[in-house]
Amino acid sequence: MKFGILVNEGPFQHQASDSAYLFTKAALEKGHEIYRVFFYYDGVNNANKLSEPQADDRDLVKLWSALAEEHKVDLVVCVAAALRRGIKDDILAPGFRISGLGQLIESGIVADRQITFGD
Amino acid sequence: MEEEWDEDGPEVVKRFMYVNRKAPYGTVYALEMLEKVLIAAAFEQDVHVVFMDDGVYQLKKEQETKGINMKNFSPTFRALEGYDVEKLYVEKESLEARGLTVDDLVVPVEVLSSQDLKALMDKQEVILTA
Repeated sequence: MKFGILVNEGPFQHQASDSAYLFTKAALEKGHEIYRVFFYYDGVNNANKLSEPQADDRDLVKLWSALAEEHKVDLVVCVAAALRRGIKDDILAPGFRISGLGQLIESGIVADRQITFGD
Repeated sequence: MEEEWDEDGPEVVKRFMYVNRKAPYGTVYALEMLEKVLIAAAFEQDVHVVFMDDGVYQLKKEQETKGINMKNFSPTFRALEGYDVEKLYVEKESLEARGLTVDDLVVPVEVLSSQDLKALMDKQEVILTA
């Protein structure tokens, strides 16, 4: 199955990003396709390479980057949501790209299932 | 950066539903949801917008937001018609629980019971909630 993923929450405030990451990883390992992971609202903070969690904490920014590297997952950060939160190209972690909300709508059109993680 | 369709229209038109469940201010969910609705309309999809729970407050007339330093974005709902977003629904139970009627709202809406809304949701292909 072809999944589109939407992440609506930041990586430290809320479990949604962890759930989205674990779902994405599990789906890929089961042989499903992830058409795109789209980051919206505070979810754009998942792409901030300046974030430095404590050593004994999971580091979702790095985990997403590793997933993108290994599985060529398309990680897209909403430009409007990103700019108001100070997320710009020069602080973008590897594997992420900034683009428009149209990328989310396209994901909904192309994917068999579009899944939202967040409140 | 926006993607545009090359053809005269979209190849696929899906039934998209946007479910607004949160109050207009206090969190950013409502405002950024509205931005999402406007983009879907540009992609010429079959857009349905639902207001339920505290989301019905987004449509309340006479919002006065100066005191909290926020922009009153409720006039944008009146502009949705210009984007061909005309399918607006409000859950009856949510409206009544808050002592509101359709006369309190900034735009014309279809009021649906929880049961009828469920049936409409079942028909959707993509549902985005916040």
